[in-house]
Amino acid sequence: MKKEGLLNKTWFRYILNAACILLLFGLISILVSSGVVNRYQAMILIPVGYNIILATSLNLATGFLGQLPLGHAGFMSVGGYASALFSMAVDWPAAIEFPVALLIGGLVAAVFGMIIGLPALRLKGDYLAIITLGFGEIIRVIILNLKFTGGAFGLRGIENHTTLTSTFVWVVISLFVIFALIKSRHGRAIIAIRENEIATESVGISTTYYKMVAFSVSAFFAGIAGGLCAHYLTLLNAGDFGFMRSVEILVMVVLGGMGSIIGSVVAAIVLTLLPELLRGFSEYRLIIYSLLLVIMMIFRPSGLFGRYDFSLSNSLLKIKGKITNSSRKKGATHHES
Amino acid sequence: MNHESVQNNSAYILDVTNLGIDFGGLQALDDFNIQVKDREIVGLIGPNGAGKTTIFNLLTSVYQPSRGNIQVTGRSTKGKTPHEVSQFGIARTFQNIRLFKNISVIDNVKIALHNGMKYSMLSAILRLPSYWREEKAATKLALELLAVFNMQDLADQPAGSLPYGAQRRLEIVRALATNPKVLLLDEPAAGMNPSETAELMSTIRDIRDQFNMAIVLIEHDMSLVMGICERILVLNYGLIIAQGTPEEIKNSPVVIEAYLGQQRGE
Amino acid sequence: MTFLYQLINGIQIGSIYALVALGYSMVYGIVMLINFAHGEIIMIGSYITWYVMSQMGLHPAIAILAAILFCALFGALIEKVAYKPLRKSERLSLLITAIGISLLLQNTAQLIFSANPRMFTNIFAGSIQIGSRQFSNATFVTIIVSVLIMIGLTLLVNKTKIGKAMRAVSEDNDAAQLMGINVNHTITFTFSLGSALAAVAAILYCCSYAQIQPTMGSMLGLKAFVAAVLGGIGSMPGAMIGGFCIGIAESLTKGYISSQLADAVVFGILIVVLLIKPTGILGRHISEKV
Repeated sequence: MKKEGLLNKTWFRYILNAACILLLFGLISILVSSGVVNRYQAMILIPVGYNIILATSLNLATGFLGQLPLGHAGFMSVGGYASALFSMAVDWPAAIEFPVALLIGGLVAAVFGMIIGLPALRLKGDYLAIITLGFGEIIRVIILNLKFTGGAFGLRGIENHTTLTSTFVWVVISLFVIFALIKSRHGRAIIAIRENEIATESVGISTTYYKMVAFSVSAFFAGIAGGLCAHYLTLLNAGDFGFMRSVEILVMVVLGGMGSIIGSVVAAIVLTLLPELLRGFSEYRLIIYSLLLVIMMIFRPSGLFGRYDFSLSNSLLKIKGKITNSSRKKGATHHES
Repeated sequence: MNHESVQNNSAYILDVTNLGIDFGGLQALDDFNIQVKDREIVGLIGPNGAGKTTIFNLLTSVYQPSRGNIQVTGRSTKGKTPHEVSQFGIARTFQNIRLFKNISVIDNVKIALHNGMKYSMLSAILRLPSYWREEKAATKLALELLAVFNMQDLADQPAGSLPYGAQRRLEIVRALATNPKVLLLDEPAAGMNPSETAELMSTIRDIRDQFNMAIVLIEHDMSLVMGICERILVLNYGLIIAQGTPEEIKNSPVVIEAYLGQQRGE
Repeated sequence: MTFLYQLINGIQIGSIYALVALGYSMVYGIVMLINFAHGEIIMIGSYITWYVMSQMGLHPAIAILAAILFCALFGALIEKVAYKPLRKSERLSLLITAIGISLLLQNTAQLIFSANPRMFTNIFAGSIQIGSRQFSNATFVTIIVSVLIMIGLTLLVNKTKIGKAMRAVSEDNDAAQLMGINVNHTITFTFSLGSALAAVAAILYCCSYAQIQPTMGSMLGLKAFVAAVLGGIGSMPGAMIGGFCIGIAESLTKGYISSQLADAVVFGILIVVLLIKPTGILGRHISEKV
């Protein structure tokens, strides 16, 4: 059966999605510039943005690769410090300096990811969780004890480069890259490892290589998010990137659904905005998060979205189908009555 | 047998000499030899625990042997990882099915076509023409391979939702997708009814003829083994106790003793 | 003298790590789970002892008994409520649940007892002079009690019926079931036993370090886990050796390099061990059946 229609054409789907992204961006810009969303509210959208990047990148390692790194905040801090130190050291025009700084943050985090991943990913079982957890702690201690990172006082005086626009752009880039990777032979190899490692090897795929790929791409985007965070807060404190921060990102992934990109996006938005919207939430935040983890695992381990991934064109096709169906049904009931 | 061809490894697709492995001081397999020619179908039979699956695990480097040599298409598998050995041209199915359960049937096959595609990670992320071209070709090829077992209509189902027999067939399709020179089938007819088994038998022959490969299979279903194998090796307690044509094996007193002894023992 | 001082301190904290590591190792051996909540059992044991002793004013012996009993029951309860429903599901889910339970206990304790540290009265007050240095009685009590418990535990696992059941279940769950071993009981018993050991470790720890707070268990637990990995996860003598090694390494780092870097050194050891000998000092190689 050959499927026809514009919505089934790949090129049309890409154009449609691009148009929607531009539309969304336009909408946000208008809301901000017209004052419907005030400056303070607009600023919250930046943490929402980098949390989306953090959650989706962790999802690559957890939901798609099937490993559990517990040091995502560690990669975030490494990237944050690297990019902040770079942008503080050079004096280029912001339009060049900032993207370069972010890329440096991402690359440094990715290199750390490889160094950590190499011993941990060769092993079966849960060692990765412990090693990454240990890594997060080591990084924290080291940053606290180094001079050029500002030690216990934190790194201050980072230039404020992160804008709503740059965050939006990086969110789109991260989502697209992770999506494009997943829907390719390389991404299928990563998913295959989650499903069955021995079978993956048996069809000629190096599981070690693809574990490293997934893990370092995941760390790369955590580093990018760290850079965005650094140039938004303008100061960095090693203490803010401890185990709890990693768990927070994990909660987003688990809640949204391991293996669902749209799930991570929605969960990141909700869990970033919730403490801002509900007073009193932050007091019980950690209890709620930990309960969420346990309850989700026992009752709905697939998360809210399961492995479902949103596709605009498919949804439109479904809606179209429903409309034609229901109109047919209506017609049918008319006949009967 | 020509003596010269024994010296020249390339005459055999699979050349195994003096293979043996010990588990915790226990000899699980010893002095195992097999030479498989192009397009040959060889059966491996024997009571449970005789070491049949262990041989497959050794041939595919899941285990490293304690003794002996394995050559796949003329290359030694010594110290190689399973994925490297797979690239030499050996593919297998698993006794306890190991599909990628939560993903679609066609993606199960496309995962095995991984090395048949060449586009880089950058081409994938930038969606360059090579990505589109190779993905399209892979989808087409995957559907053709599924058609070998008439499974092309199931392409979008999750692999785990297929009935047992279909899962076994999908494992074979997946193995075929790696474009092997020798295919190892571990109990392909397990759990199938007689008519399914008969169908499988003719498909295995078709596969050999269509794809030009040697096939080694482990099977308990004697109708299948006797029906399609040109040569049969009988294994007991990790040793070859007999080998020959199906006719010879059927009448071998050693084999009858091994099987009857086993039955008495149970 | 400094070296001897640090060494004895290292053996002291090491024996506490060893007791906790035994719990991790036994549970890992039997259900293949890193029980992240194990560290929180230490925290709970400390608070129970503190509460019974300082708030209710009862005799320390009663407090110790109460803590051990409560922790043993609580460990079993966690297994029943959180881990048992997931025994057949993916390992990732089980691991995430364990992290969730750990955080839940930590934050609940914070809600009940507040984040402020409480002072813990040393049960084994007094000290001994050796050379120019003072050693507290608690140091020696800790080492002696730990060694006695380890001997007892070794006998339990090797000589008793339940010990044999534990070994059988960790060897092969299904086979043990076929042999008529009650797997559920054995798992529950293992969690209880591990938690009771954690309670003992908690009391010994508190006697020397005086302060208790809701987050005290996580770092202690993690280091004990590193000890279990170093010794070879699943191996009981390994857990003991690992515990002492980590304790001594940490103590020497504090004495000679920097106390701030002690945690980093412990995790550094973990990474090095996993690089060189992932099965640890006494660990067995577990391979997946194909």
